[in-house]
Amino acid sequence: MIPAKFEYIKASSVSEALSLLNKHGDEAQLLSGGHSLIPAIKLRLNQPKMVVDIGKIPGLDNISEEGNNIVIGANCTHHQIATSSVVQGGVNVLAQTAKEIGDIQVRNKGTIGGSLAHADPAADYPAVILASGAKIEVEGSGGKRTIDATDFFMGIFETALEDNEMIIAIHIPKSSGGVYLKFSQPASRFAVVGCAAIKNDNGVSIGLTGVADCAYRASAVESAYNGDAKAAAAHAVDGIEVMSDNFASSEYRAHLAKVYTERALNALA
Amino acid sequence: MLMKINVKVNGKDYTSEVTPMMSLAAYLREVLLLTGTHIGCDTSSCGACTIKMDGKAVKSCTILAVQADGSDITTIEGLSQNGKMHPLQSSFKENHGLQCGFCTPGMIMTAENLLSENPHPTEEEIRHGLEGNFCRCTGYHNIVKSIQHAAESN
Ligand SMILES: Cc1cc2nc3c(=O)[nH]c(=O)nc-3n(C[C@H](O)[C@H](O)[C@H](O)COP(=O)(O)OP(=O)(O)OC[C@H]3O[C@@H](n4cnc5c(N)ncnc54)[C@H](O)[C@@H]3O)c2cc1C
Ligand code: FES
Ligand code: FES
Repeated sequence: MIPAKFEYIKASSVSEALSLLNKHGDEAQLLSGGHSLIPAIKLRLNQPKMVVDIGKIPGLDNISEEGNNIVIGANCTHHQIATSSVVQGGVNVLAQTAKEIGDIQVRNKGTIGGSLAHADPAADYPAVILASGAKIEVEGSGGKRTIDATDFFMGIFETALEDNEMIIAIHIPKSSGGVYLKFSQPASRFAVVGCAAIKNDNGVSIGLTGVADCAYRASAVESAYNGDAKAAAAHAVDGIEVMSDNFASSEYRAHLAKVYTERALNALA
Repeated sequence: MLMKINVKVNGKDYTSEVTPMMSLAAYLREVLLLTGTHIGCDTSSCGACTIKMDGKAVKSCTILAVQADGSDITTIEGLSQNGKMHPLQSSFKENHGLQCGFCTPGMIMTAENLLSENPHPTEEEIRHGLEGNFCRCTGYHNIVKSIQHAAESN
């Protein structure tokens, strides 16, 4: 499969990548693990004129502990996250989620920054990122800012990132208890529906992916939950326009969302 | 525009000029003539193109050759040592782990990654480990058996 013509530059620093984005605007696209972008380029669903490879920028693949947060660099692969003792110790649910993504080869190459920026409505991380109350650190030519997970996902393949911004790291508050359960699409292992439930000071927080055009916090479930998982899970799709595709009708997806929310709440209790 | 890359493949250093659009799988097959790496789907679904890059199994159809600049790569051709087959290769041979053989290089390269992290996997772990590899001859049963035998003989 021959992609349409593009130029390629390997950026050696964040500032070099940002200045290339600034210079080439819409025509430039960042490349990290390439496991969403390269198939899309081959299928000509996406035709950038300039590909800026950020995969080898030093410092973007670190995992560290900063106070009450685990900080994960944008270029950390799913495999790195699944096997990191720091992630396992601080937010084990994220390590468990990373282990469920795709297959060995995809986990060896795909990155958390790429997954969040791509914002596939069926991606796994967004559920956990939302439920954990994470913040996404981004940088543009105007400097750095952080975006709350709840403000980050805006629609199908749509995020709060500006055209000339890139993700630098994800800051995730440590949590003692959390689960992520998904009903996998049998070929790709993407989530038809995935539910993350994480304990916090006020009770429990819930993130759902695969259900709507982007992942969301199921606040209605959170406020209804008083120990009765089934009753609370009945609110999983309150106010949500549920997706429908050839894998699952919207009625079936709504049903799955409730079932997986109930199971996640029970698993957490 | 052609770009220069330096890679080490099966222990040998190569310098080549490639277009940015060329996949690593196409580079291995068409430039280095290492045709043991197969291309099935060309879009990261089937695993036929799996190789080892910097110690990890990856799908080479979904990596640009230019991204691989500076990498250390092993393909199926690089597994045997001094004319002696790798334990996975002999185990596939003995256990009828291949039919047409199209998926076999990818299966073996993925299994090599699996066994390097988990030397004694359960059958279930092997089956999960092969999630990214399709066998159109559907010979999964003997593929799993081959990997089990290779693990036991280690
Ligand atoms: C066979 C297969 C199965 C898969 N199964 C699953 C699954 O079960 N669950 C799941 O969640 N995902 C799955 N994926 C997707 C996989 O997780 C991808 O790796 C991931 O979505 C994209 O990460 P990447 O590093 O490969 O990004 P790339 O493909 O390099 O980039 C994706 C997009 O993000 C942008 N981007 C990359 N990095 C940054 C950054 N730092 N800042 C801003 N923008 C950036 C790029 O410009 C591009 O638009 C699967 C993929 C494949 C091929
Ligand atoms: S050819 Fe690379 S995964 Fe199918
Ligand atoms: S042996 Fe024919 S595809 Fe697997």
